[in-house]
Amino acid sequence: MSEQTELMDFDKAIELFEPVLGFEVHVELNTKSKMFSDAPNPASAEGEAAAQEPNTMVTPVCLGLPGSLPVVNEQAIRFSISLGLALGCEIAPSSRFARKNYFYPDLAKNYQISQYDEPIAHDGEVSIELADGRSFRIQIERAHMEEDAGKLTHVGGSTGRIQGADHSLVDYNRAGVPLVEIVTKMITGTEGSAPEVARAYVSAIRDIVLALGISQARMERGNLRCDANVSLSPRGSGKLGTRTETKNVNSLRSVERAVRFEIQRQAAILHGGGTIVQETRHWHEDTGMTSPGRPKSDADDYRYFPEPDLLPVEPSKELIDELRAALPEPPAVRRKRLKEAWGFTDLEFQDVVNSDLLVEIEQTVAAGATPAAARKWWTGEIARIANADGVDAASLVTPAQVAELSKLVDSGELTDRLARQVLEGVIAGEGSPAEVVQKRGLKVVSDDSALIAAIDKALADQPDILEKIRGGKVQAAGAIIGEVMKQMRGQADAARVRELVLERAESLR
Amino acid sequence: MAEELVALSAAELSEKLQSKEVSSVEVTQAHLDRIAEVDSQVHAFLHVSADALKAAGEADGARKLGAKLNPLAGVPVAIKDVLCTSDMPSTAGSRILEGWIPPYDATVVARLRKARMVPIGKTNMDEFAMGSSTEHSAYGSTRNPWDFERIPGGSGGGSAAAVAAFEVPLALGSDTGGSIRQPAAVTGTVGMKPTYGGVSRYGAIALASSLDQIGPVARTVLDAALLHDVIGGHDPRDSTSLTEDWPSFAEAAKAGIAAGSLKGVRLGVVRELGGEGFQTGVSARFQEVIELASKAGAEIVEVSAPSFSYAIAAYYLILPAEASSNLAKFDSVRFGLRVNPPGGGTVEQVMAATREAGFGPEVKRRIILGTYALSAGYYDAYYGSAQKVRTLVQRDFASAFEKADLLISPSAPTTAFKFGEKLEDPLAMYLNDVATIPANLAGVPGLGLPMGLAAEDGLPAGLQLMAPARQDAKLYSVGATLETLLEANWGGSLLARSPMGKALRATESEKGAQS
Repeated sequence: MSEQTELMDFDKAIELFEPVLGFEVHVELNTKSKMFSDAPNPASAEGEAAAQEPNTMVTPVCLGLPGSLPVVNEQAIRFSISLGLALGCEIAPSSRFARKNYFYPDLAKNYQISQYDEPIAHDGEVSIELADGRSFRIQIERAHMEEDAGKLTHVGGSTGRIQGADHSLVDYNRAGVPLVEIVTKMITGTEGSAPEVARAYVSAIRDIVLALGISQARMERGNLRCDANVSLSPRGSGKLGTRTETKNVNSLRSVERAVRFEIQRQAAILHGGGTIVQETRHWHEDTGMTSPGRPKSDADDYRYFPEPDLLPVEPSKELIDELRAALPEPPAVRRKRLKEAWGFTDLEFQDVVNSDLLVEIEQTVAAGATPAAARKWWTGEIARIANADGVDAASLVTPAQVAELSKLVDSGELTDRLARQVLEGVIAGEGSPAEVVQKRGLKVVSDDSALIAAIDKALADQPDILEKIRGGKVQAAGAIIGEVMKQMRGQADAARVRELVLERAESLR
Repeated sequence: MAEELVALSAAELSEKLQSKEVSSVEVTQAHLDRIAEVDSQVHAFLHVSADALKAAGEADGARKLGAKLNPLAGVPVAIKDVLCTSDMPSTAGSRILEGWIPPYDATVVARLRKARMVPIGKTNMDEFAMGSSTEHSAYGSTRNPWDFERIPGGSGGGSAAAVAAFEVPLALGSDTGGSIRQPAAVTGTVGMKPTYGGVSRYGAIALASSLDQIGPVARTVLDAALLHDVIGGHDPRDSTSLTEDWPSFAEAAKAGIAAGSLKGVRLGVVRELGGEGFQTGVSARFQEVIELASKAGAEIVEVSAPSFSYAIAAYYLILPAEASSNLAKFDSVRFGLRVNPPGGGTVEQVMAATREAGFGPEVKRRIILGTYALSAGYYDAYYGSAQKVRTLVQRDFASAFEKADLLISPSAPTTAFKFGEKLEDPLAMYLNDVATIPANLAGVPGLGLPMGLAAEDGLPAGLQLMAPARQDAKLYSVGATLETLLEANWGGSLLARSPMGKALRATESEKGAQS
C-alpha cells in the first residue's frame, strides 16, 4: 500500500458524478459432492465439519488427471434452478457448459468448466429495501453454473501475497466446488445511496440462498463472494465511465465500504483530470482501501468453446414446476409474517432488518429461543462485539449457539452477566455454550445448601448486620448479599441469595 | 504347442479354455514367449505386464471353482497406452507422461479385469494419438509385421501390429479419426470404431473428446465382437455414454458367419470415398469385394456424400481445437514430467519449459493450430465453420442411410507406406484418414477388415463398413459374412499369408513332422 490514495468527500463526489454499479456474486452451493465429481464438497455442512487437510477432498476429476471426465451433479442443477427462480429469472430449456481456457496453477485442467453464452437462468429481478424504507429493483442479467478453483498459499513473503513469495502451495480441495455466479445488469439511479444499495443487494442474495438452503452463505468463509463493479459518469455528460472490479469483499459491511471507497477514489482521480484504469482491485479489510490487481482488458482471450465432455442441461418443465412450487415465500411476504409471529414493534423489526439479522433470528427462534431473547442477543451484545471488531455479526456465532445460550438463561442456569461471558468464550472458539460453561466453570450456584453455608458464615462474621436485619432494616441485607456473591465468584442468582439471607436471618433467631 | 496357441483366435482359445484343454497360464505364457521372441523387431509394446501370469492364474482358479465366466476369461489382451492402467505406466506415447502410473483404471480396463481377461501389456502409439504411422511416438516407431520397413498405421499401430504379429489375440485401440481402422487396414487385421457413446471414454487420455471412441482390435470379426461385448455399455462416469442396452455383438457375428449370404442387405458405395488418390491395388480389391457381395445377394447402390470432401478440413480444426484444451493439463504441477529452467523460474516458466521438452513436434503443431482456431475473432471462421461442416456430414450420412443399410468403402486409400515417406508432409499424412474421418464426425460406427493384398506391393488393403449410429451389431453380422466369403476364396485368413504367419505355420508343421 505504498501508493497515496486521494479521496474526494463522498457528498461532493455524488454531486459531481453519477455512480453506476454492477455486481457479480458467487454462491458456493452446499451440495454433498462437487459440481463434476463425487468428491466431498468442502462447502457443504458435512464438508465444513471435516478436517479439510490439504488435497484430501479430491478425486482424479478434481485433480484433472489424464483420462478423467466430468459428470454434472444433479443436485447442483436443482439448486441452480431454484436460485434462478427465486431471482425471478427465466430458466433456459437448454443450457450448455463451456470451457474457459487459461493457465493458472489453481486450475487443475487449465480450463474452467463454466457456462458462457447459454446460462441456465437469465433476466430476473431482486427487490431490496433500504433502512429508510425506500425500495429498489435490481435487474439480474444471468445466473450461471461453474466450478470453483483450488487455493494457492504463497510462502516465503512477508505479506502472504504472491509478490515476494519464494514458492506457492496448491490445495485442490476447493477445486470443483459448485458455484452459481449471479450477474446484475447495470444499476443506475442509486445516487448517494449507492453503498447502501450495494450492501442491501448482497444481503438480499444472502437471504435468498439461506431461505432456499442451498448454501452455507458464510461470507467470511467465501461461501458467498461479491465482486463490485463501480464506475462514475460525470453529471450531464451522458457518458459511462471506466469501471473497476473490486474483489475480495468478504462481508456485508465491506461491500458498503468498498463501494463508498471506490466512488471517492475515482471521483478524486477524475476531478483531477486523470483517467480510471480498467482493472481488478483488491479490497483490504484492515485499511479500508482497495489496491490495484491485475489489469483487466477486453482482450483477455479465454478461447471459450462448448464443453465436449458434457451434454446440454435440459431440465424438464415438470422439474422446473416442481422446484417453483417448492420455493420459499418472497422476502416481503416473509418479513410481514415474521413480524406478526414475533410480535415485534415496527421499530424493533426495522432494527432487525437493518442489521441484516433476520435469518439469524429466525433460525435462533427455530432452534428454541424466544423471539425477544433472540432479538436481544443478536441486535444487542453480538452486534456490539461485531461492530467493535469490524465484522458481520453472523460470522461470530451460529443461531444454534445463541439459542442454547438463551435457553441456559431461561432455565436459570446462567445469569445475564454470566451468559455474556459464555458468549465471549463461544466467539473465542472455546466450544458450544455448554462446553464454555463447563470449561470456565461459570454455572450459577443453584445448590441452596452451598448458598446457605456461605450466608450463615457471613451472618456469623457480621453479627451487627444480622441484628439490623432482624430489626427490620431489610436493606442492610445488601452487604451480606454482596459478600455471598463474592464468595460464589458471581455465579449465583442474586435474587435467590436475597431470599435466603432473609430466611436465614429469621431462622437464626 | 506354444506356437499353436498364439496362432489361434480368441474364440478358439476361449473354447480350449472352457473345455480346460489349456489353462490361461499356458496361453498367457505362450504369448509372453512370443512377445519376447518377436517384439524386439516389431516394437508393438511399450510395457509388458509383470502381473500377467498372476492374472492368468486367478482366471484359472476362478474356472476351477466353477464360476460362471465371460467367454474371454483367461484370454490375453493388449491395451493401447492411451488408456489408464493402475498397474502399468500410461504415457499416451508421450515423453511428458514417461513413467506415470495412474491411480485408477480406465472403465474399459476395469471391465477387462472384471471379465478376468489377462492384460498383457501396453501398446505403442503416436504421441497423444496424433498420427497415422506411430512415427510420432516418443518411444520409437512400431514396425509393420508384413514388412519391417513400413509403418503399421496409426495412431494405434502398436495394437494392430501386436495382433498381426501373433503377440496377442486381442487389443484395445482408440479411434478419433481412424486410429483403429487405418492400422487394421495396413496390417491385415480387424478393428472396430463403435458408435460414439457406445464404449466409455473414462480413463482414456483425451485427444478430441467429441470424436474419441475406444474399440476392439482383433484378427477376426467374431473376436472383435467378443471384446466389444466386454467393454461396451453405459458408464455413469462418462456423460456422453449412451444409456441403452446393447445386443450381443458376438451373437451378431456368429449369425453373420452362419448366414453365408447377404440377401436383403443394401450396401451403399460412397462415390466420394474412391477414385482419385486411391491406390490402384486398393481400388481393384474393393471392386472385387463389391462383386463378391453382389453375388452373395447384397443389393449394391451408389450413394453420394458431397460434404465428405470437406471432412478432413473440418476435422483438422475441431481436433486441434479440442486437443489444445485437453492437453493444457500437462503443466508439470500435479503429475508427469517437470523441467525446471536453468536457475529456477516462475510457475509459468516451469510450465513452458516442461511443455517445450515434453511434447513432440506434431503435438505442438496441433496445439498451436487449435489455439489459433479458438481465438477471439477467428472462432466463427474456423471452429464455427467446422462445426457446420460436421452437421452437413451428419446429414449426408442420414440421406445415404435412407438408400442403404450399410455404407462400404476402402478403410485407407493406400497400403502401408515406408517410414519417413510422409513425415515431412503432414498434409499427405492427414489424407490417409480420408475414408475414416467422416464416421468420427458423425458419431456412427465403422468396422475395418482385410479385403486382400494389393497386386502392386503384396501388402494388405482394408475394407470399411459403416452403419447408422447404434447399429453396431449390423456391422458385425455383415462383416462376419463378408470375412467368411473372402477367407473361403483365400483358403484361410489373410494374416496366414503374412511373412510372420507363414513362419509360424512352418514352425508348427516342422514340429508336427518331428512328432
